[in-house]
Amino acid sequence: MELSIGKALNAGLRAAMDDDAKVVLMGEDIGRLGGVFRVTDGLQKDFGDQRVMDTPLAESAIVGAAVGMAYRGFRPVVEIQFDGFVYPAYDQIVNQVARLRFRSEGAVKVPLVIRIPYGGGIGAVEHHSESPEAQFVMTPGLTVVTPSNAHDAFWMMRQAIASDDPVIFLEPKQRYWDTGEVGDEAGIGLHQSRVAREGSDVTVVGYGPVVKTCLAAADEAEASLEVIDLRSLSPLDLGPVMDSVKRTGRVVVVHEAARTLGLGAELATRITQECFYSLEAPVQRVTGYDMPYPPCRVEHDHLPSVERILDAVDVTGEF
Amino acid sequence: MGLPISQTLAPDGELVAAHDFTPEDLRGFHRDLVLARRIDSEAFALQRHGELGLWAPMLGQEAAQIGSGRALAPNDFVFPSYREHAVAWCRGLDPALLLGLFRGTSLGGWDPAQYGYALPAIIIGAQTLHAVGYGIGLTLEGKEDAVVTYFGDGATSQGDTNEAFAWAASYHAPVVFFCQNNHYAISIPLERQTRVPIAQRAAGFGFEGVRVDGNDVLAVHQVTSEALAKARSGGGPTLIEAVTYRMGAHTTSDDPSRYRDPHEADAWAERDPLLRLRTLLERTDPGFAEFDARVQAEADELGAHLRDVCRNLPDPDLAELFEHVYADLPPELVAQREEVRSWS
Repeated sequence: MELSIGKALNAGLRAAMDDDAKVVLMGEDIGRLGGVFRVTDGLQKDFGDQRVMDTPLAESAIVGAAVGMAYRGFRPVVEIQFDGFVYPAYDQIVNQVARLRFRSEGAVKVPLVIRIPYGGGIGAVEHHSESPEAQFVMTPGLTVVTPSNAHDAFWMMRQAIASDDPVIFLEPKQRYWDTGEVGDEAGIGLHQSRVAREGSDVTVVGYGPVVKTCLAAADEAEASLEVIDLRSLSPLDLGPVMDSVKRTGRVVVVHEAARTLGLGAELATRITQECFYSLEAPVQRVTGYDMPYPPCRVEHDHLPSVERILDAVDVTGEF
Repeated sequence: MGLPISQTLAPDGELVAAHDFTPEDLRGFHRDLVLARRIDSEAFALQRHGELGLWAPMLGQEAAQIGSGRALAPNDFVFPSYREHAVAWCRGLDPALLLGLFRGTSLGGWDPAQYGYALPAIIIGAQTLHAVGYGIGLTLEGKEDAVVTYFGDGATSQGDTNEAFAWAASYHAPVVFFCQNNHYAISIPLERQTRVPIAQRAAGFGFEGVRVDGNDVLAVHQVTSEALAKARSGGGPTLIEAVTYRMGAHTTSDDPSRYRDPHEADAWAERDPLLRLRTLLERTDPGFAEFDARVQAEADELGAHLRDVCRNLPDPDLAELFEHVYADLPPELVAQREEVRSWS
């Protein structure tokens, strides 16, 4: 079945709600409007306003109330309307959601999914284009995932809702309208990375919105690029990355988030630790710059582009 | 200004309003108050002896906690802050369970479902939202139970608490917000938190706020019972402001003499919640002296139990704690667990 990423997410939510009456959706504008990106379109009509709840505008309350519902045995899926709006809920996520299982020595489950449309490239105003993933990856107790295609959007949503751990589900908003085939089976687990395209010269590692950019770079590159889609940012599945690096000896890590202490820093460290004798060149990073997300008229100079990825590929070849 | 303060038992032990409590109820309150105070004083002493890293004393707030805690039904659920030792007592937790957090052997460590008592929130006001979510859950399930959340006057300045008020009103959630107004958020006095009585704020959110003498166990029980009954029958949330006073420090780490007039504490000592019930019982209950002797002996036993248990609380095994970070242990954490084990 061919679906856009947005429609695949909608289908994933619908399937999870059909499967389990304890799955409840909450967020601002997700009911009658269907969400500002229409990801929850039609769900309130079909499941009622008790299972698809339009909430007051208060991010900390959306997440905090979901914690209370989890205490009561529900499996809430909440929407944070935009990435930059997650910070009012940051305390609840980091201090409550992520820690309750640990503090209760396993007695309290928080099977909560926090959906966040994230990333740039849509010409938005301030606070609508952020990539906050590292803030959550550095918080033990949270699972952080992001699909890059329609198949993963559908299946990873279902897997995230089925997980007994809290999941930060980052939806690459720039790709909501990209279409792709959704297969009949998940294929791999929520926490597994995958080889998106095989190659032999340079390993390019990305996730979420930049996977498409990496694949476009691989189309244009003279060298043979192997593209890895991480899918899960926490926990990381580095097996396919390490296998690839051991063959290619060259790595480019790509993400939209700012460079310093971004996920690329962790990946470069781990690759250096585990593949030191295979490396032919230092790990290169293509990232957003260390500035607040810029005015959108210049966002395409800020975001990783095919050209910048190819340039980094060239740099790895100079060693 | 504004709302009156409900009172049943005056500071001098005189009944100033009608009540439905039996003589046995009154004895039960007395026992709870004495034992709760002993839990608190023993823990305080254990901290002074270096057995606890910290303690948050509740001296002076026993009536607010026992009065409300004893109004709860078994199926009700409590989202507490970190000073609700007497409420925990009412929910049936072994007080030794409270010590782990302050000794550093656990971060809570009980099953909230077993007691209807959540893990304490240390971040001010965070738990009020959890209560609202739980209450919405009760409504969705069609249950006629209630949820209570405890917080202090300082928490009423927090965004989360105000969001919780707005949400509870919006969803007509069966939540009782129980504010122990003990007049200080560490050193910051009530006057810096609010220009109006706390209970009065509820009106602005669209639900009822009531003020009660927080050192009057009978009035607190009555007011809380009414709020719970209202919540269970679909009447929505209530904000109870129990006007009380923290006789001691915020925690064992601070020094109230730096920020409080000593005469203020003296005035509140005259309103001691234990004394006023004792005065009533001494006057009206012929067998009270004998009953009280048994309660004091029970308190001594409880104190000894706490001292014994505290010193013998086992340190957790750091490697085993990895089991509780995620439902399924990721390979990276397996590796880190082995790293920990390699050092032991």
